[in-house]
Amino acid sequence: MDWKRFGFIAIIIIILFGVVVIIGGGQVKPLVIITSMAATTIMVATPLTLGALSGTFCERSGVVNIGIEGMMLGSAFFGWLAAIYMNSIFSFPAMPSLLIGVLAAILTGGLFALLLAVLSVSFKVDQIIGGTVINILAVGISGFMNRQLFFEKGSIFKGQVPHAPGVLPTIHIPLTNLLSPLCETNTACMDVIAAINKIFDQRPIALSAIVLVFVSHFVLFNTRWGLRTRSVGEHPRAADTVGINVAFMRYANVIIGGFMAGLAGAYFTIESVPSFEPLLTNGRGFISLAAMIFGNWTPFGAWAASLVFGAAQALQINLQFFREYIPPQWAFLQQSYIVGLAPYILTMLILAGIVGRTIPPAEDGKPYEK
Amino acid sequence: MQSPEEQKSSHPNPFISALHSSINTILVPVLAVLTAMIVGGLVIASVGGNPFAAYIGLFQGAFGSTKALSETAIWATPYIFAGLAVALAFKGGLFNIGAEGQLALGAVASAWFGYALPDVLGINIPPIIHLPLSIVSGMLAGLLWAAIPGALKAFTGGHEVINTIMMNYIALNLTSFLLNGPMKDPNPLNVIARTPEIAESARFSPIFPGLRVHWGFILALLVAVIVWWLLWKTTVGFEIRTVGANPDAAKYAGINVKRTIILTMALSGLLAGLAGAIEVTGLNYRHELGFSVGYGFDSIAIALLGKSHPLGVVLAAILFAAMKNGGTRMQFLTQIPVDVISVIQALILLFVAADAIVRYIYRIRARGERVVLTRGWGG
Amino acid sequence: MTIVLEAKGITKQFPGVLANDKVDFDLRKGEIHALLGENGAGKTTLMNILYGLYGADSGQVNIDGAPITIHSSKDAIAHGVGMVHQHFMLIPVFTVTENIMLGAETDHRLSNDQRKWWQRSLFPQLDVLDRKTVAAKVTDLSHQYGLDVNAEAIVGDLPVGVQQRVEIVKALYRKAKILILDEPTAVLTPQEADDLFRIMHELTERDVSIIFITHKLKEVLAVADRITVMRGGKVVGTVMPKETNLAQLASMMVGREVILKVKKDAAKPKEEVFRVEDLHVLDQRGLETVRGVSFSVRAGEILGIAGVQGNGQTQLVEGLTGLRPTSSGRILLSGEDVTGKPPRPITETGMSHIPEDRQRHGLVLSYTVADNMVLCSYYLAPFAKGSVIQRDQVDANARKLIKEFDVRTPSPYVPTSKLSGGNQQKVIVARELSRPIKLLIANQPTRGLDVGSIEYIHHEIITMRDRGVGVLLVSAELDEIMALSDRIAVMYRGEIVTVVDAKKATREQLGLWMAGARVEII
Repeated sequence: MDWKRFGFIAIIIIILFGVVVIIGGGQVKPLVIITSMAATTIMVATPLTLGALSGTFCERSGVVNIGIEGMMLGSAFFGWLAAIYMNSIFSFPAMPSLLIGVLAAILTGGLFALLLAVLSVSFKVDQIIGGTVINILAVGISGFMNRQLFFEKGSIFKGQVPHAPGVLPTIHIPLTNLLSPLCETNTACMDVIAAINKIFDQRPIALSAIVLVFVSHFVLFNTRWGLRTRSVGEHPRAADTVGINVAFMRYANVIIGGFMAGLAGAYFTIESVPSFEPLLTNGRGFISLAAMIFGNWTPFGAWAASLVFGAAQALQINLQFFREYIPPQWAFLQQSYIVGLAPYILTMLILAGIVGRTIPPAEDGKPYEK
Repeated sequence: MQSPEEQKSSHPNPFISALHSSINTILVPVLAVLTAMIVGGLVIASVGGNPFAAYIGLFQGAFGSTKALSETAIWATPYIFAGLAVALAFKGGLFNIGAEGQLALGAVASAWFGYALPDVLGINIPPIIHLPLSIVSGMLAGLLWAAIPGALKAFTGGHEVINTIMMNYIALNLTSFLLNGPMKDPNPLNVIARTPEIAESARFSPIFPGLRVHWGFILALLVAVIVWWLLWKTTVGFEIRTVGANPDAAKYAGINVKRTIILTMALSGLLAGLAGAIEVTGLNYRHELGFSVGYGFDSIAIALLGKSHPLGVVLAAILFAAMKNGGTRMQFLTQIPVDVISVIQALILLFVAADAIVRYIYRIRARGERVVLTRGWGG
Repeated sequence: MTIVLEAKGITKQFPGVLANDKVDFDLRKGEIHALLGENGAGKTTLMNILYGLYGADSGQVNIDGAPITIHSSKDAIAHGVGMVHQHFMLIPVFTVTENIMLGAETDHRLSNDQRKWWQRSLFPQLDVLDRKTVAAKVTDLSHQYGLDVNAEAIVGDLPVGVQQRVEIVKALYRKAKILILDEPTAVLTPQEADDLFRIMHELTERDVSIIFITHKLKEVLAVADRITVMRGGKVVGTVMPKETNLAQLASMMVGREVILKVKKDAAKPKEEVFRVEDLHVLDQRGLETVRGVSFSVRAGEILGIAGVQGNGQTQLVEGLTGLRPTSSGRILLSGEDVTGKPPRPITETGMSHIPEDRQRHGLVLSYTVADNMVLCSYYLAPFAKGSVIQRDQVDANARKLIKEFDVRTPSPYVPTSKLSGGNQQKVIVARELSRPIKLLIANQPTRGLDVGSIEYIHHEIITMRDRGVGVLLVSAELDEIMALSDRIAVMYRGEIVTVVDAKKATREQLGLWMAGARVEII
């Protein structure tokens, strides 16, 4: 992560946060706004982080994966379906149903990834086409089954969407207790600690995403698996000559990527909003690819870039939260068209290399022929 | 030492050798469609339907009457344009997933010229000017929308896959804003996001009285021929194909690669915008939000199925149109929902893209070059 | 002498070509056994089989007298076979240590069964990398054999000669007793090659046995204990260096009398046709790889630029032909300033270019022979009228050139991917030499070709020279430069360090210049 890139990220985040603080005017305490923004940012950045991690693993091993969007969509649907199934048909209580849903989502992601791996590695199909196929399949299958199961009278659910078993609960990490000794009785300091605590009051998948960033970094750069994976993406023939099974490494990493994308899918329907809509991923899979590229194919870089995108989205959301406080001349910002476009334009700017070029793994996207 | 394929296709009798080549080329796509339909039949059976009745209903709905044929032709028209757009980009080594956004903006521009221009100018514009003007405006809108990612690719190496997808979302937002706002049909009975109807002078007339199929369909076939001629018979086409086949050699050959990339994307966008414009001027006489959704991916499937050749694209477009059109009748006759069509289409794409799978199943040997589209993220 | 490796009756068939035809080969302990043959003779195939990268269709391999089966590189390594490939199998972005560790990450530790139960890895794949320990071992090992590599260096930044040593250490780290070197001197200066030979002798003194693949006759006589010659997939014979000479080896390699010297008359150079003044070119990373190059070429002479690959020749040629922007300096072709111009105007001014990488720059492999022959001129009359391509003219042109340049192809409509390397090069040569030109730039024109094609292309280059064309020949094969050039320039680290009359320069002197030493010719 070079300083230019880091600086760019820092500036954007400060601008985004700054906008909300300013708009809050004097009416709302800056700390409250910042806390809300930070918490929202971490939350909405979750699918992007997971998607970018997914892409990182796939591409580090040499397989371009533009099917992340489809993997997320398919996993979101099947995870949600599993949760509802367990809850409504088998009358499982809410939490186990949700957890089973998460598991189902992860597995779905893995299955789609397996398909991508088969297409790209064994059949050497052009990887962008392979990814597009995954996307189309996901849209087709989820749309079809959504209609079949929930809108057809003769189906198991009798044509109605049953009551979903809610969403995964927020986990309260007792950071205040941990950190308060640092503060003695300074109230401002205690306020900051309370704010930090609130920021990390997140739901399980969001927290997992953060943990997975650290784990991924460690695995990729400090373990045998990571070394081999990276070698297969940089110079598969060299890896082959030292006895590494290139095909296996690619399959395995793509499937790991699939699991991560599956977890991202679970976020949408099991952690965020307990319902499914066709196309609910809305481009997040593609944005996470931009995050991956911007982060130079590293877990921490991907996380930082995802936070930027998350902040842009958080801005939109927080403008809603604080809408009573928005002075009328800023009201136009509420129009989702304007702020909503920010992630997409940001993506294009990043890809144009506004902040410098990034270097993908050398053999990224090229099928390996023995 | 010639391989058996070469020996077949260099048969002394040129007619037979050409026949061999053609059969070999269409064999895999045909088998892909067949296999997809078989798997689709299984899917239909799994939800309790009768595959044979379903397919018969599908065929009837697509080709069973003059009205059906007309409707199929109507559906085929935008598919042909959009498919050509993607195919041309493929030939140039580029992946234009932005056909959807380009199409939408082409439709919007064309609609505006159709309904707003007479008011703005305050006169009645004769059809001979108005209609072409509307269409050209659509072409230009699509051209512009695709040229931007094209320029980004040429000058910064930014991959056109993500950029065109981003442009799609921006276009979606833009049309949403326009159709809910300044361009909304002011008619008090109207509640949805759509433009007012375009003037009579900006409409394509139907070919046959009583049927909806319009001259846009004929235009589509004509444009397919033009694209074929452009790619294989002109220097510009040679440059586009060379950049697509080997950009390094193209540079060595003196071709301005950057300019060609932008040109290829621009032409591709032009065709996609044309698709939108034709839909507005020939069919709906207005543009409605949500209308263009789905064309993007469908056109990719059509281009791949047609092997990026204009003739193949036309045939593939008609196939997809037949499936779309026949689907409603299939649902009417057999209660099987039209969504199964999208699953079948996804499967067709799967089998065409992974033609290696089809070859493996049916034991056909590969011939010729593999299309190389992915060179990683470039840059 | 004990035989450490024996291959009997190895046969390997590829589609259309029998690469190895009942090959017998043996290697004695501590010997340097050279495997000689021209490109395509089957030597690399045989070695790839021994190293497990290909499977033989039939035949038997014994190591230390016991028959073994090798299914993969892992097996080969386990049996003590190591290979240094012609194109290095190193990961440029990894360090030396990481490259050596790859695939053998925990070899420095005891195996799982030998450890105490609480030390065993739960998931071997997640074993943490211990770079420090391995680096220490690598440094140790390299000192032992006089190889001296810096364990922490990033491989991509190392000079080619050092990378090769890393490859050797990599094999030794895996306890290789049999070392296969595939064309190791292709990327070395004569002095670096001598260094390599010294290292090879140190290895054999420690009972490492070496198989040394090459197509260079002189080396083989200098360093080998035994020489096996292969041709067309078969073993032609095995000889001792003392019992043979260059001519005999050459004719064994090619199967007929080989004229080792190119026949040419004295040059009759005329006016200056090409001049380069103080040219500077940056590579894609922004580093200056051409640092102030100046020279000139006259009509009717061949100027050869000698130098080991990687000293800026590629970027120089790219700069001269418009494929890469130049940062400063001037290029004049027939008096016209073509500095900074794109390829097309330069071509139109009278330059033609046989590129270094024929499959990447020179041809569109999926296009037909006919189309490739008009690759640079498709837009000109008579091949195009305005924007419309005149197919019949293109086809007529193809037929004419195929005949004239003896391109072996079933028809003009065959995709060039189906042609052999030599014929692909002939398509390019036909295209570039069939129009009126003032300057020909030939960059590695005979790389990877069979002797027949090499002779043909040399002949064409001389013909061009005799017709009054100026020729700039860039080649890493010193023999080729010395055989063809009238004047020789040496390129070292982006600069032209000397320009001499070909008749006066010796191999040793050129070798020294190529290695950066400055020597005066007496």
